[in-house]
Amino acid sequence: MKILVPVKRVIDYNVKVRVKSDGSGVDLANVKMSMNPFDEIAVEEAVRLKEKGIATEVVAVSIGVAKSEDALRTALAMGADRAILITAADDVHTDIEPLAVAKLLDKVVEVEEPGLVIAGKQAIDNDMNATGQMLAALLGWGQATSASALEIADGTARVTREVDGGLQVVEVKLPAIVTCDLRLNEPRYASLPNIMKAKKKPLEKMTPADYGVDVTPRLELVKTDEPAARAAGQIVGSVDELISKLKEAGVA
Amino acid sequence: MSVLLVAEISGANIALDATAKAVAAATALGPITVLAAGEGVDPAPLAALDGVAKVLHVEGADYGHQMPEALTDLLLSLAPGFTHIVAPATTSAKAAFPRLAALLDVMVISDVVAVESADTFARPIYAGNAIQTVKSNDPVKVLTIRTAGFDAAGSTGSAPVETLDPVAASDLASWIEDRVVTSDRPELTSAEVVVSGGRGVGSEESFALIEGLADTMDAAVGASRAAVDSGYAPNDKQVGQTGKVVAPDLYIACGISGAIQHLAGMKDSKIIVAINKDEEAPIFQVADFGLVADLFDAVPEMTEKLK
Ligand SMILES: Cc1cc2nc3c(=O)[nH]c(=O)nc-3n(C[C@H](O)[C@H](O)[C@H](O)COP(=O)(O)OP(=O)(O)OC[C@H]3O[C@@H](n4cnc5c(N)ncnc54)[C@H](O)[C@@H]3O)c2cc1C
Ligand SMILES: Nc1ncnc2c1ncn2[C@@H]1O[C@H](COP(=O)(O)O)[C@@H](O)[C@H]1O
Repeated sequence: MKILVPVKRVIDYNVKVRVKSDGSGVDLANVKMSMNPFDEIAVEEAVRLKEKGIATEVVAVSIGVAKSEDALRTALAMGADRAILITAADDVHTDIEPLAVAKLLDKVVEVEEPGLVIAGKQAIDNDMNATGQMLAALLGWGQATSASALEIADGTARVTREVDGGLQVVEVKLPAIVTCDLRLNEPRYASLPNIMKAKKKPLEKMTPADYGVDVTPRLELVKTDEPAARAAGQIVGSVDELISKLKEAGVA
Repeated sequence: MSVLLVAEISGANIALDATAKAVAAATALGPITVLAAGEGVDPAPLAALDGVAKVLHVEGADYGHQMPEALTDLLLSLAPGFTHIVAPATTSAKAAFPRLAALLDVMVISDVVAVESADTFARPIYAGNAIQTVKSNDPVKVLTIRTAGFDAAGSTGSAPVETLDPVAASDLASWIEDRVVTSDRPELTSAEVVVSGGRGVGSEESFALIEGLADTMDAAVGASRAAVDSGYAPNDKQVGQTGKVVAPDLYIACGISGAIQHLAGMKDSKIIVAINKDEEAPIFQVADFGLVADLFDAVPEMTEKLK
């Protein structure tokens, strides 16, 4: 079984985000970018399935600027076998919407015919939590989002999902889409020799036009604002003082 | 304009607070038809919500289990005629709504915090470090509402209830089991007070300190990702960018450093208290009241004095 893993290059989760003063967006020039943390978990899960002999090949796909190749090289260094880069933007500030990403991935699935797609639950830049579900819809496949455990057997994926009430276990028929939550696994660090090897692994370069997909956004960006800042608070000296402050504020 | 609003229902249980807040958020968009899809549901509380013009009641085990494949098929059959399809941004809506949007060939707009007009909505991005306002050019708007910032609609109405047949079941996925922990404490996303513990709590056993303070204050219990990852608290307690978003009157963070991903889930709380032994901890920058102390001293003392 082949596994397809979509990986997105996003602002590193440790970087403090700055909103541009003209309201046009977030400043991404010269900031550290990394693979979306949830996608590292997805790659790790796919590579583990290959190590267990359940998967035969792991293919990573990224859609974005040409530099998204970096995220793919990381995936290859973690153990993916080959990669597909779909260059869909010239400017790092152009985010390709989940619907367009899903349409491109739909075409990639048509060519690659994977038995399973493992994506992240959400991209930490747009916080959409949508692409995997949209892809499942376009393919007419079952989906299991926010996975914290995954078992493959007899043509099905048994998935433990993190849901509002706790955990839910579902079984989806393969081929299917699974999206990862934080506790599915702990992704490995790529070793230096593997990083070197990854440079030689095959990476195919494509464009949306090759797939006949229109990536024009459906959502027009009106403005981007900084959230309201909280007024500075105070340090209290004791539990007694804290309690009296809370009583004064009417909350204790 | 007319709105189809999916009530949050698990089994027979209606999450009335979340649904009523979504109703309030959607009221400006037109008359609201609420979908009550579940198993053994009494739709009366939904019919009573102010702003609701009609309730559609559908029974089915797959709906009760919140299976996105089944819910999407049902919504697709109901969608024609509605300009907006709305739900509170729960894990079940987040699973089904993008699926629905893709089948309608429209973009989904997740976690809406403000409805500016019929086609323009604000939503947080980058863990709430920016608020983006977007205008949708799609014929149907498919939205999930981040309910924390909205007041719940009142319950003085009496809309008619219409019963519908379920649509044919999908065989793509099947429900196996729910592992749900029930507690008598208030629900995290609707509680007026939340007491949260982080890595600083140190163990599952000491998490009882957090629960003790919560019980004394009639509060819900929350946790940081680190506390959940370490097994001190279950996953449904995680507050943050990728957990639950809360905005209680009072949020007490104990042994939590204040990473942006955690702040994303609680920084709209009215009053924030931080108890942390490290005076440099970033949580103090958002706290209204900070106490630099060992939580193993401060939390039991506070619990005792508030009894
Ligand atoms: C993709 C992604 C998504 C994430 N999503 C979330 C999310 O939704 N929610 C979330 O919370 N995090 C999330 N995180 C994790 C986040 O970045 C932080 O790692 C996490 O919030 C840290 O948890 P913490 O504050 O409990 O632990 P730490 O950062 O380790 O802080 C522990 C604090 O406890 C204090 N302490 C220790 N002992 C005591 C004591 N005896 N008394 C008082 N204070 C004490 C320390 O001074 C310290 O400040 C996410 C991370 C990533 C990468
Ligand atoms: N541009 C992209 N390239 C590759 N994968 C993506 C892209 N955008 C989203 N994804 C995948 O979809 C998941 C969810 O993203 P989102 O729906 O944007 O929150 C991510 O974790 C990735 O696995």
